[in-house]
Amino acid sequence: MSLFYSTLKYLAVTLWSMFVIAPFLWALTTSFKDFQSVTSGATYIPWVDFEPTLDGWRSLFKSPAQGGIAIVEPFFNSIIVTAAGSGISIILGTLAAYSLSRFTFRVGPIRNGDITFFFISQRIMPPVVLSIPFFIMLGKLGLLDTLFGLVLVYVVLLMPIAVWIMVDFFNKVPLEIDETALIDGCNPYQAFFKVVLPNSVPGIIVAGMFCMIFGWTDFFFAFILTFTEVQLLPVAIVALNSSITPWWSLSAAALVSVAPLVVVAFVVERYLSKGNLSGALK
Amino acid sequence: MSLIASNLSIKHEKNFHLNDVSFSMSKGEIYTIIGRTLAGKTTLLKTIAGLISPDSGGLTFDGHDFGSIPVWKREIAMVYQQFINYPHLTVYQNVAFPLKQRGIQKTEINRRVITALSQVGLEGFGDRKIQALSGGQQQRVALARSLVKEAKIVLLDEPLVNLDYKLREQLREEFQGIFDTKASEDSILIYSSTDPVEAMQLGGQILVMDEGRIIQQASAKEIYENPISTKVSQITNDPAMNLFDGRIQDGCIVLSPEIKFDLPSHFNGLPQGDFTFGLRAAAISLDDNGFPFSVELSEISGSETFLHVRHEGLKIVGLLNLVQNFSVGEKVSVRFDTKHLYAFAPDGRLKSSPYGGLQ
Repeated sequence: MSLFYSTLKYLAVTLWSMFVIAPFLWALTTSFKDFQSVTSGATYIPWVDFEPTLDGWRSLFKSPAQGGIAIVEPFFNSIIVTAAGSGISIILGTLAAYSLSRFTFRVGPIRNGDITFFFISQRIMPPVVLSIPFFIMLGKLGLLDTLFGLVLVYVVLLMPIAVWIMVDFFNKVPLEIDETALIDGCNPYQAFFKVVLPNSVPGIIVAGMFCMIFGWTDFFFAFILTFTEVQLLPVAIVALNSSITPWWSLSAAALVSVAPLVVVAFVVERYLSKGNLSGALK
Repeated sequence: MSLIASNLSIKHEKNFHLNDVSFSMSKGEIYTIIGRTLAGKTTLLKTIAGLISPDSGGLTFDGHDFGSIPVWKREIAMVYQQFINYPHLTVYQNVAFPLKQRGIQKTEINRRVITALSQVGLEGFGDRKIQALSGGQQQRVALARSLVKEAKIVLLDEPLVNLDYKLREQLREEFQGIFDTKASEDSILIYSSTDPVEAMQLGGQILVMDEGRIIQQASAKEIYENPISTKVSQITNDPAMNLFDGRIQDGCIVLSPEIKFDLPSHFNGLPQGDFTFGLRAAAISLDDNGFPFSVELSEISGSETFLHVRHEGLKIVGLLNLVQNFSVGEKVSVRFDTKHLYAFAPDGRLKSSPYGGLQ
């Protein structure tokens, strides 16, 4: 019986892995194809079904005038905007979440829960509703089509995620840890930075991961709020899709766009798998 | 050196968490605050620590207003009932933390941490992570952190409550040794507990709390011998003191038409009338010449048996020094050792105790 379930389990895992990995494998093989290999029907195995070429990858580093697709600049633009947007969101979001978790705010009928919901509600609204005010505000500030303008917009979009995750995380950190730090001679700021924050690393990493994923993969605002001066990676990749799509270049670019998230996921995985709070309150 | 509380009150909506609490505590003494859950014990400890500000009343320590000193500048240490430590630090770093905060020199920190770890039996554990320790060891780390500060006031909020029975017994004995040393020095030790046995074992002064009030403050012996009210008698005894309504009539105590017995000599000064009588479980025994009761429940606890019996509306619990199984509904003859009988007025105040307390 256990052998049957074990076999079933491994079969399910294998099927699921194939389902997840297949698109990546398809993109990977396509990135080594040329026009002939792509248009001559389905081919799978390099050197057997088709002759691999690095043309798709080389095109990433060439300018359009040289027959390339020039994604280096959009790639670094995306890194700057995502890193800055996520970083600022995490810093502000963590501070906001800590205060919402530990202090009681009362402004008329508004309480802590309402303030937290206000943050989250920014993500509930459809992006198109936010796009018009963003467009008008950035236009008035002269920040349309600039990296700084995009960073500001991403902070607005990503901070609710950070607040949402971190409020929940801080609520699970026993208040007695803060109190013990105060009793042990920390003032409230020292208690936060010396005790609460070091024990919140797993939460911060989870929040950071989500912020980076949402920031890195955003297409809508990157498309609406930029024109010619600044282009982010998702927009640059989508722009390749035309009447004659260079699928080999597009596949290489798509893999490049996924790479940073894969690297980040591997780096932070150990923090996600083990909570650091298990010894705080047994 | 003394800690004096004057009329401390904390009210949340309509409920008092502390209600007009006043006391005076001196150095070198152990004070045990005993009360049921939500009696206000933790609130009182947190108020002393400065983590909660009272709505009214004040605290002075050594003649100085304690209320104006922020928590982190008070000379206090506190151990919680949950095992609170800093999980990102090793055992050594945990214990050293309060000393580092005070800017004490490294060599002195090292000496004091090693002493504190040895006091709590954790020599050689300095490099371990907190997560690698058992619950009892984690609580010892918390205790070491409170000892290493050499604080003037040490607050222990039910520190043994989350430990298993064996460990609780073991740590309780060790705590006593540590406290005796600590209290003889320069500190005030305040220990809160819901467990009467723990409170009595620790000795020292006991403050009995109920609904945010201190309802009696006296030595452990005095509280045991002369609980000033039925509430105190319930809180400070495990199992709670048996209480039953009756009256003194014609030189007899009448609990029901069938249950009457002679007035014990220590009740001689009491007038005739209605009383609430109290008798500890240990003063109940089985005797062929006793009163007829039927068994409701029997619980074997180590070498003793808690026997819950009933006679019409009268329910009592006896602590028998034997291990015996009783079946529910079984008829037993129960004897009351009236030499240990207490008499309380109908409003709950102690009127007469077997130890001479007569009001």
